[in-house]
Amino acid sequence: MTQMSKIERAATMHDIKISAKDVQVYYGENHAIKDVNVEIEDKTVTAFIGPSGCGKSTFLRCLNRMNDTIDICRIKGDILLDGEDIYDKRVDPVQLRAKVGMVFQKPNPFPKSIYDNVAYGPRIHGLARNKAELDEIVEKSLRRGAIWDEVKDRLDAPGTGLSGGQQQRLCIARAVATEPEVLLMDEPCSALDPIATAQVEELIDELRQNFSVVIVTHSMQQAARVSQKTAFFHLGNLVEFGETSQIFTNPVDPRTESYITGRIG
Amino acid sequence: MSASWLLIILLALAGLGFLLGRNRALASVGGDLRKLHSLPNYYGFNVAMLAFVPAVLVLGLWAVAQPMVIDASASGVIPQTYYQDEGALNLIMSDVRRVAEGLDLAVAQGVLSASEATVLNTQTTDLRALLGGVGVALGSEVAPEVLAAAQKMRVMTATGNWIMTAIVLAAGLGGFLVAVRMTQATLRARNLVESGILILLIGAASIAILTTLGIVLSLIFNTINFFSLFPAGDFLFGTTWSPEGRGGSEHLGILPLLWGTIYISLVALVVAVPIGLFAAVYLSEYASRTTRGFAKPLLEVLAGIPTIVYGLFALTIVGPMLVSVFGADGLGWMQGTRSVMTAGLVMGVMLIPFVSSLSDDIINAVPQTMRDGSYGLGATQSETVRQVVLPAALPGIVGAILLAASRAIGETMIVVMGAGAAARLDLNPFAAMTTVTAKIVSQLTGDSDFASPEALVAFALGMTLFILTLGLNVLALYIVRKYREQYE
Repeated sequence: MTQMSKIERAATMHDIKISAKDVQVYYGENHAIKDVNVEIEDKTVTAFIGPSGCGKSTFLRCLNRMNDTIDICRIKGDILLDGEDIYDKRVDPVQLRAKVGMVFQKPNPFPKSIYDNVAYGPRIHGLARNKAELDEIVEKSLRRGAIWDEVKDRLDAPGTGLSGGQQQRLCIARAVATEPEVLLMDEPCSALDPIATAQVEELIDELRQNFSVVIVTHSMQQAARVSQKTAFFHLGNLVEFGETSQIFTNPVDPRTESYITGRIG
Repeated sequence: MSASWLLIILLALAGLGFLLGRNRALASVGGDLRKLHSLPNYYGFNVAMLAFVPAVLVLGLWAVAQPMVIDASASGVIPQTYYQDEGALNLIMSDVRRVAEGLDLAVAQGVLSASEATVLNTQTTDLRALLGGVGVALGSEVAPEVLAAAQKMRVMTATGNWIMTAIVLAAGLGGFLVAVRMTQATLRARNLVESGILILLIGAASIAILTTLGIVLSLIFNTINFFSLFPAGDFLFGTTWSPEGRGGSEHLGILPLLWGTIYISLVALVVAVPIGLFAAVYLSEYASRTTRGFAKPLLEVLAGIPTIVYGLFALTIVGPMLVSVFGADGLGWMQGTRSVMTAGLVMGVMLIPFVSSLSDDIINAVPQTMRDGSYGLGATQSETVRQVVLPAALPGIVGAILLAASRAIGETMIVVMGAGAAARLDLNPFAAMTTVTAKIVSQLTGDSDFASPEALVAFALGMTLFILTLGLNVLALYIVRKYREQYE
């Protein structure tokens, strides 16, 4: 049954949301990403897998120009969002990050109330004209983050007081509140216990209806569970990119097979 | 034998003990290191420690106690009719000490023989001239009672020194022998040395704490002493500060001084907090690594400038500059170069590195993930700083500001030179005022009698200052600690 639905999913083609061509990333002298070409579809979960230090997080951070905050990082090649180069001089990285949201490895709620955490993005970007609209955005985002029922009675409580899993869902709600088109997730479950992980994974599957989701994960089971497309990175190279079911059942590259069967990484 | 010679002997004994203990331990196992409980050096250290430490402790205690005991018994020689109160007795006793010292010197220089020195008579010898000849000048002729007391002091000191030498050497040798005898393969020398080190560390810590305690107690008792001479109400709520030269002051009200302190500190903080905070934000959030690399040390150099230099700067540059704008030629608000503003501005400059360097550390302690979260939502750098970083660092920054405030309240030199000496209650920031600290200095310097309320008031002022800064520090520590809990 699951196998069936996976094949069904694979069959549905979506528009290309992000397309990366010949991307090179350097950290000072270190060539961290080499010749990466990848096309990320809309309304799809794309997983980046690979051993530690293979460059998957670095590449993810290129997609919303988070690497701009690191002085020594240089990027070459083209990354197109809806056909426009995001590294073009005319693109404001701050504006871009509102369109390409990000969820981090460690839950990082701001030391503010739950409400203010979620309202942070909308307030900065002026998405709400009045308090009622803002309330609406906050509620909708918290619902999308699958945490509304747990926090609706204590929106004034500090976000840092929640449990780890709740904090991460709050961070997802916070990212969703600015209505991004793409949601980048950098190992969102690595600091969570299995139950919280299951909740977040379920949430990711729901988010797929509205967003294009890119998730970096160390857990191959997680990649297999939540994603439709998988990219395998190794030593800065994109080794293989394809349908998740194909990558996990019938990998083309021997390195992918070694990694998936646990011989490397 | 003198204390320094004793010390040298004890050190030699310890050195010998180290070698002996080490060799004895090695010999007890026939040179096989593995059979020893501890490394051979530990056995050596153990012997050295036991030979040296108890003996030195005895030496130290004896050296402190002996003069007290001798003083007490020598003062018994002086007849009661000779003095009226404690103060007069103290003066006589210092004469006695000088005579005893002078006689010792005379013997040492060969002016007198040892036996001649013991049978001196004030009638037959001009002691004052004799002692003057060996370099000990006396204020008056030596009375027979003083000479008798001095002779008694000399005798007691001589015997005391002999007894001390004997006891200290006995303690050293005793420790040495005990330690050498217990040195064998199974002795846990390593653990013994460890506990020795523990005691050393505890000792150091307790000296620090006890000294503080002693200072506080002396403040408290002298303050109580002051309040028995001067009504506490007049001190705490008096609005005039005008001490008379010697006794009989009616106006020793702290309020004008307190007001000066608070006013000047306030001006200083108004200068230091924004500048320091913005500098910290720039350094920690915006500056590139190279800029930070030279700007931060440069800023911290400000903290290394002695406050007297700041005082000079206030008096010779800032004061005249202010006068040229606000003085008689300008707006006419300022009478002289010394004013609250002069001292406050310069003190503010002095406090900038305090605020900036503490805030910088605190801002850096805000986790990077917090900033990433904000940037990831499309916030700009200043939005991130204003809405995420500063609120997260706020408790720590408040702590830094309170520490700077307690520093401002305790500052003396800049105030003495920049703000003047006039105690007054005034709102004009261009008027000369003075602070608690500056008045403590002026009350205790110069020729004053330490038993008069004019001098004792310094302790009450000090106590007030202490309570003020203690309160601020406790508040600052409380806030900083609360902040720390947030990220654990």
